[in-house]
Amino acid sequence: MSLTLRRPASTAPPAAGARRGKVERQWPLALALLAPAMIVVFGVVLYPMGRTLVLSLVDATSALQTAFSFSGLSNYTALLSDSEFWATVWRTAVFTVFSTAVELAVGLLLAQFLNQRIRGQWFFRSLVVLAWALPTIVSANMWRWILHPEYGALNGLLMNLGLLDSYKDWVGGPTQALFVVALVDAWKTTPLVAILLLASMQTIGDDVYEAAAMDGAGAVRRFLSITIPMLKPAIAVVLVLRTIEAFKVFDIIYIMTRGGPDSGTTTIAFYTYLKAFSNQEFSLGSAAAYLTVLFIFVLSLVYLRMLRTDSGGTA
Amino acid sequence: MHSISRRRLLSLPLVLGAAAALPGCAVSGPSRGSGGSSGPVTLNALFMKQASYSEDDIRGMLAAFQKAHPDITVQPTFVAYEALHDKIVISAPAGTYDVVLIDCIWPAELAGKNMLLDVTDRYQQAWLDDILPGTLGSITYKDRRYGMPWIPGGKIFFYNTRMLKDAGVDETAMSTWDGVLEAARTLKAKKVVEHPLVWSWAHAEAMICDYAQLLGAFGGRFLDDAGKAAFHQGGGLQALEWMRRTLDEGLSAPSSTKLLEDDVKKVVVQGDAAIALNWDYMYSESNDPKQSKIVGELKPAVSPKGPGGQGPAVDGSMGLSVTATSKHPDAAWQLVAFLCGKDNQLQYVERSLPVWNSAYEDPKLTSGAQAPLVAADKAQYGSLIERPQVVQYNAVSQEIQAGLQSCLVGGTPAAQALSDAAAKVDRVIGG
Amino acid sequence: MRPSRFYRPSMYLCGALLAAVVLGPFALLLLASVSPQAGLLGKPPDLWPDSPTLDRYAAIFTQAAGGVAGDFRVVLVNSLVVAGCSVAVSLVTGVLGAYAFARLRFPGRRLVLFVFMLTYMMPPLALVVPMYMTGAALGLLDTRTSLVVVYCSFTTPFVLWLLSGYFRALPAELEEAARIDGCGRVGALIRVVLPVARPGLISAGLLAFLMAWDEFFYALIFTSSPASKTVPVALAEFTGRYSLDFGLMAAGGLLAAVPPVLIALIFQKHITRGLAAGAVK
Repeated sequence: MSLTLRRPASTAPPAAGARRGKVERQWPLALALLAPAMIVVFGVVLYPMGRTLVLSLVDATSALQTAFSFSGLSNYTALLSDSEFWATVWRTAVFTVFSTAVELAVGLLLAQFLNQRIRGQWFFRSLVVLAWALPTIVSANMWRWILHPEYGALNGLLMNLGLLDSYKDWVGGPTQALFVVALVDAWKTTPLVAILLLASMQTIGDDVYEAAAMDGAGAVRRFLSITIPMLKPAIAVVLVLRTIEAFKVFDIIYIMTRGGPDSGTTTIAFYTYLKAFSNQEFSLGSAAAYLTVLFIFVLSLVYLRMLRTDSGGTA
Repeated sequence: MHSISRRRLLSLPLVLGAAAALPGCAVSGPSRGSGGSSGPVTLNALFMKQASYSEDDIRGMLAAFQKAHPDITVQPTFVAYEALHDKIVISAPAGTYDVVLIDCIWPAELAGKNMLLDVTDRYQQAWLDDILPGTLGSITYKDRRYGMPWIPGGKIFFYNTRMLKDAGVDETAMSTWDGVLEAARTLKAKKVVEHPLVWSWAHAEAMICDYAQLLGAFGGRFLDDAGKAAFHQGGGLQALEWMRRTLDEGLSAPSSTKLLEDDVKKVVVQGDAAIALNWDYMYSESNDPKQSKIVGELKPAVSPKGPGGQGPAVDGSMGLSVTATSKHPDAAWQLVAFLCGKDNQLQYVERSLPVWNSAYEDPKLTSGAQAPLVAADKAQYGSLIERPQVVQYNAVSQEIQAGLQSCLVGGTPAAQALSDAAAKVDRVIGG
Repeated sequence: MRPSRFYRPSMYLCGALLAAVVLGPFALLLLASVSPQAGLLGKPPDLWPDSPTLDRYAAIFTQAAGGVAGDFRVVLVNSLVVAGCSVAVSLVTGVLGAYAFARLRFPGRRLVLFVFMLTYMMPPLALVVPMYMTGAALGLLDTRTSLVVVYCSFTTPFVLWLLSGYFRALPAELEEAARIDGCGRVGALIRVVLPVARPGLISAGLLAFLMAWDEFFYALIFTSSPASKTVPVALAEFTGRYSLDFGLMAAGGLLAAVPPVLIALIFQKHITRGLAAGAVK
């Protein structure tokens, strides 16, 4: 896990670790090899990041503003003392935890299923790729249409089948809407999670399972005491990756609910969007963005701590 | 974490940021050249897709303009309405566009932040005498004009004449909101339609439009003369209570709190509601047999009146503005004047009505399929209500949206929902 | 391990469930794309049209550029070019950088990693305004180049992260042997490591392709004409404040899924193999 900041024993590359004397001579080559990536990434991102940081410390309220006065951390304190902001943080946390939990749970089962040697497995694996390849914009619009209270396909289908006698509002109130949006996110993303986990599962040798089976462990037992522990590093990767993405969730909400109903799906990214773009409160928006990074960072660390394996942060 | 020097870590972005802030700030408005008559000029203009004038219409207009002004080339850009505001704001420092299409709720914000060119002195008196007065609000801020109105329009009140007849309701009932309420009860009781009313009360700007129309009819105001929130008392409160009552009695479609204008249109043309507010495009679509089950049944009318006798429609006009960062303001203004001109507008009346009073005498408008809509529109232009004209409009609107939704969806009592929203609005405007 | 009697039936039950969850919405999308608009709006909607129409597909493939449907062809090409270039750039830079992280030891290694990770955490919302201004200053707005540049800034860290894990999992002896034979580090990377790492490269490339193909927000802000608009932006324009023909959206959406699905299916075997040795090990 390259995302760890601790210094686990294994992060020292094996080839180099053995010959410490070469350290000095390796850095020019490392710099040369890293330079292209650093130019491509930092060259594009560091200036905007720095500018956003500066913006978060001043009083920018117009895209055309040229003179700024330094306002210290007041944008941050304004946000942190605003109950509305905390409400968006809470919603984002609920969205993140719920969607990652669903993605992880279903993804694990799905990976386990896709790892079985059954006939037609290529078909099932292709299915998974299919859901993943549908652009988010399309899947959000598709689900908006399927769940629509007035002309939704789900209502139509259930009514045609005689399972429903009047149209139902599937998106529901503010709380339900948040979970619905999280499920839509999970529909699109679980395949990625399953594929990542499947890849890791395939590295577990059959011999391990066979030994356990000989000791009399049932299928469930084998899954819980062999598969899951062996997958820990993969699970950590998935959790961190999905947490970063889920915390930044924007497209689905922009298309499906625009923050409603009753503010129920106003997540931190959508809140930032409203502040910075609709309202031109660039400084508040920038501060919200940096707080988002902070939350993501803390959550990632928590996950990594929780899932720390003996081998330290692998990969 | 301790293995990284914290000081180094923190100083890096700071240094970069400080260095970055300088060039960033320098990208303020480019110096304004004389522009206009001398030499060939290229203008960039920002329009929207899929409403009123189509992309093809606008390209046709631009071709005509370029024929008349061979030295000016116009590069049009078309974006979705939803992306229009953000594009204008983000492109402002770079000065990407010379001419932009603006919605009537933005002049305060955009002009207040010096993004639009003040064109008050470029107006001719004859124009002011002829332009529909209600539409001028769409480009005016603090008595200065920042463009010309291009697409006039308030939300029109529509009802299904066949359904009213089936329920035995006289059309005169449609002249007051009380009458509408009674009619809706009758329509429901006689099982003509399950939910007689449908609205665009989703958590979005669309809801503010409907609310403004009712607030105006009930004699309320968004802000008082001192600029303080006033919608939480009097007419503003009554309007929300009225909205809530129609939901509680099952008169309004319960899904209304999730719907946008286009959803409302779909419900109405499917014959699933009898009465609704919408933009005028719903009329022609209701008469399009390909998607409508109520061809010939929908009637556009003047907005019903409230207890005080007023029945304003919410202003939904859009205008064309020259940006403050345009390097060719004269040429850009020529383009605006051409596009908004009466001659140009009269060529495309089937797409959008003109903003010129005298144009409504034209036979193209007084007869033909659109005539009933034109009549309703024209009668309504005298009575339009504006949404609050404040620089922080978007933030204000978000607070009111949240307040209305917390009453209609969350069940908060109307008075409390609105006074909470009013306090927040005061903070937004005051702070 | 002898599977129990219930093993097969229960597995196929799982398969059927999976198929229903994935294919159900797809089937609805497909039906919507061939249903006349009036049928779609009915209550209940006519989901099994008597006279399916291919008008929307026809419009997308034959309508002149300039219309909403006609422009979609141009936009598909834009997306392919942008995603393809982003993948190419991020693979090349990512391979080199990943190798450095995997095999070399140098001061500041963790700081660089940390900053890469930090950039990946930044919400695009926070970066887009300064990026737009820089793009404007460089005259890059509304070009595919600007999108490639921006997309590489988030696909590269991703590729870097994926591949550095992958390279580390490869036995170091491979290159040692090559280096004894006289190849430099870079020579060994190109001649020995890359051929072995092909599955990893393919899966990293595919993930990067999907990220770029799917990206919406930057594209919404940076592009304004068919010269550079990408598929998600064009699809978002099918819907809007006025008039939404969901059928057209459905048709466009299905077409938009074709290229990534094709690519994914072609490389399907490599994906799981690539990741197996890489990211998650």
